[in-house]
Order: sequence, then C-alpha cells, then structure tokens
Amino acid sequence: MRSAGTSGRVRITIDGETMEMAAGTTVAAALAIAGGPATRTSVSGQPRAPLCGMGVCQECRVTIDGRAHALACQTLCRDGQIIQTTGPR
Amino acid sequence: MTAHYDIVIAGAGPAGLSAARAAAGQGARVALLDDNPRAGGQVWRQGPAHPPKAPLRDLLAELDAHPDITLLSTSRVIASLPGRGLLVESAERGGFSVTWERLILTTGARERLLPFSGWTLPGVTGAGGLQALIKGGTPVHGERIVIAGSGPLLMASLATARDAGAHVVAVVEQASTAAVARFAASLVATPSKAWQAMQLTRGFTGLRYWTNSIVREARGAGRVEEVVIRRGAARDVILACDRVACGYGLVPNVTLAQSLGCVLAGSGAIAVDDAQCTSVDGVFAAGECTGIGGMELARVEGEIAGLVASGAQQQANALRAQRARWQRFAARVEKGFALSDPARAMPSDNTLLCRCEDVTVGEVCVHPTWRDAKLHTRCGMGACQGRICGAAAQTYFGWDAAQPRPPFSPAQIGTLMTAACADAPAQAD
Repeated sequence: MRSAGTSGRVRITIDGETMEMAAGTTVAAALAIAGGPATRTSVSGQPRAPLCGMGVCQECRVTIDGRAHALACQTLCRDGQIIQTTGPR
Repeated sequence: MTAHYDIVIAGAGPAGLSAARAAAGQGARVALLDDNPRAGGQVWRQGPAHPPKAPLRDLLAELDAHPDITLLSTSRVIASLPGRGLLVESAERGGFSVTWERLILTTGARERLLPFSGWTLPGVTGAGGLQALIKGGTPVHGERIVIAGSGPLLMASLATARDAGAHVVAVVEQASTAAVARFAASLVATPSKAWQAMQLTRGFTGLRYWTNSIVREARGAGRVEEVVIRRGAARDVILACDRVACGYGLVPNVTLAQSLGCVLAGSGAIAVDDAQCTSVDGVFAAGECTGIGGMELARVEGEIAGLVASGAQQQANALRAQRARWQRFAARVEKGFALSDPARAMPSDNTLLCRCEDVTVGEVCVHPTWRDAKLHTRCGMGACQGRICGAAAQTYFGWDAAQPRPPFSPAQIGTLMTAACADAPAQAD
C-alpha cells in the first residue's frame, strides 16, 4: 500500500464511502472530516469520539483493513485503506 | 523473531530521543520504540500542518543518519519477557521481541481527565488531547472551543487551537488568581518560558481567562453544544460551544516500569536516583514518567540517562546543574497549579467514571477498594485498563493503580504467540 500519491493525497474508505485525505492525516482526523462525530458505540449505546488523542482512552478504536481494535488517533491514512466504525449511523 | 540491542529505549519523545542520541554517540547499538507513527512524543507531536521544527528536526536528522539507531514506530510494548526482553506489537510489523543490556524508560505522561456530567459526549476531549487531534489533522476552523482544567498545557492547547482557526471562547483554570499570578511572576527565572507563555497566550486577548473556575457539565444532543462553568464558590455560567477541551494536569505512564518491579515515588512517578537509575538493575528512566516537569527537563534527563547507560558517567555529571534548574521550574509549576478542592470534588453519582464499561461514580464509590470495585462493576477492566478512570479513582478515593498484568494494552493473539515461540526451550509436543 502506498502512503501517498503524487498529489500528496490518499484515497480511503470509511463505512463504505470513499474519500480523499491529505497524506499524513490520522484516521481519527479523517473520521472527523468525514462528518460523523462518533467513532464507536459504548456498551450502553452512547456515541463516543476520541477523548485523549494519544492512544490511551481507546475511544477511537475502529477496524482498519480488517484489523479490529486499531486506534485511529495513532494510525496514519494510507492509500486504499478501508475503515469501519461502530458509531451510530 | 528477537533482535538484541545494547540499549532499548521505550518512548520517542524529548527524553527518549535525547537518550538515543547520547547513547549512540558513545557507540551503543540502540533501539527506540514508540507507539506513534511519527516520533516526537506529545509536546513535539508532528502532523500534516505541523512539520518538525528545531530541535526535533535536528534530533531526527541526527538519529536518521546514525547507523546504530533503529527507530521502531507504531510499536507498543505488550509485556516484559524473562531474560531482559520486551514483547512488542506493531501495526506494521506484527508481534516481535527485543532484548536489552540496558533499558531506558521514557514513557512520558498522559492527561488527568476528571469526569464531569456529560464528559462522554462527542466533542469533549482532553486539553492536550485536542492539541493532539488538531495536529493529526482534525479540523476546528470556526469552531467555538472552551479550554479548561489546569496548567501550562492549557496555554499550548489555546495556541494550537487558535492557529487552526478555532474561536477559543474561554480558558477556564481551576487554580486561583493569586496562584497563577505568582507562577507568572516566577517565569522571570526561566526567560525562555516567559517568552513562550507570551507567544502562546498573546496576553489572552479576545477571550475570557477565568481562574478559580471548573467545568460542571457538558450538554448537547449527540455532541457538545454548551458547557456549564462553576466560577468561584457558587456562580454558574453557561457557554455555547462546539468543543470542550479539559485536562487537569499530567499523570506519569508507569505501567512498564511497575511490571518490571521498579519502585514508584509517592507522586506515582518512577523513582530514580541522580544517575536516572531505577530500583531495578540495568533499567533507567527519564522524562515525564519520572515526574512531571516539561520538555526541557525531559531532554536533559534523557541525555543523562543515555550517557550513564552507555558508560559515560563523567559527561553526565556535567549536566546536573541544568537538570537542577529545570527541576526547580517543575516544582514551581506543580505548586502553581496544584488541584483545589473544587477541582478534586466528586461529580454526581450518575456521572460515568469508567467510560470503557459504562460504570457510574455512584456504582463505584460504595466499594472500599479498587479490587472490590473492579470485581463488582468492571470499572477499570475495559480497553484502557484503568488508565483514564484510574486517575479519577486516585483523586476521589485515594486508590493507587493496581500492579499491571500483561498484555499492557489490547493485543493480538499472534503477538502473544510470538513470545511463546521465542521462549520455547526443548519441549516435547
């Protein structure tokens, strides 16, 4: 997987929707840019979004390229990446 | 697969990077592990709109050019292994292990995130947390932000948010006006910090700077829409906003140190002597994980640790005066921003304490110990393993963090199997 095209942008897919991001953007930022405020749903059904920004709180955990429980705030967007959240649609 | 190094350094922030350079300069073969995709830790976090500036840029260039330094990014220590080893999981490399002659812990700190009603709403983050998210590319242009909690970190967060085009509505500091004024006056002893404070705050023009104030509640439908601030003893003010960035200082990251048997100081940080040695032979520690003190202190402690670990004790001695200077600064920060009683007050019973398992303050506070609370409510047993709620439990109930057990973070079974294979003596199937 390339990390960036010649334009410095990468194409990623979030919950089935494909979009372009600047290379070097974190997946957490991509999720915020994509518009849904939530990254996951809590055990009692609340929408949750990144809290600590530094890989501690685990609120930003999403599935990236089939790998579950990847922390979005510590993962850079890569070309062709497929991201699935568990936040409310 | 196991690789052996003279020195393994856990954490590539200012302390770890300084230690790596110092050790490699003495001819040591060094591995630098870091869980982020880009080195720099928190204070030197890089991002698409935040390229490395000097000194990070210069340090990275030096490390890059040095053949005996291996920087392993996106790598998280999952467990310590017998025989001076570490089990590591990397998003890119999978599970692997490293062994060391000397280990330097530069694991930094995380924010003390104290709960308030509505703190689980999307849009509520730490103060440093907001800064990290912005640097990672999260857009905040035109958003109304309330920054709250305590400490110099609020200033850094203010500057990053403003530079990204946000409208910071207020900075809400729990310390008293007198305490903050005394701290500001004391900056005369560290002119570089006085200059930095002025640059970051621009004298707070265009926003409210409220001391002696705390966040009481965040409200909104699906995300933050307004925040209730308690000013002084009894006055509540409501501010409309899109984000609340709230953190009450920093807590040292000591999981790996504790698991290795390192003694902790009363503050909860890793105890070290003058040579940055922990209580465990061959294990050193430097930076925020040994006590919150800021970037400058972390750099010099890291350098000392790197020098001593690679046998250059004499050179390390020359840095003592510099370290002492920044230790004095750290003491002034701690004193100026010590948490007041209102800041330490427990929120309402139905406020969530454990976000991972959705356990309320009321459900936890009836238990006498951490262990009881965990067994009865699952508080602290979720994905973050008590790293967020633990700081709150320590503040409200005085509960110390329990001895950590591996895996230190959620890990893949494949990673754990790596350890079994690396470890396998001649055993019959």
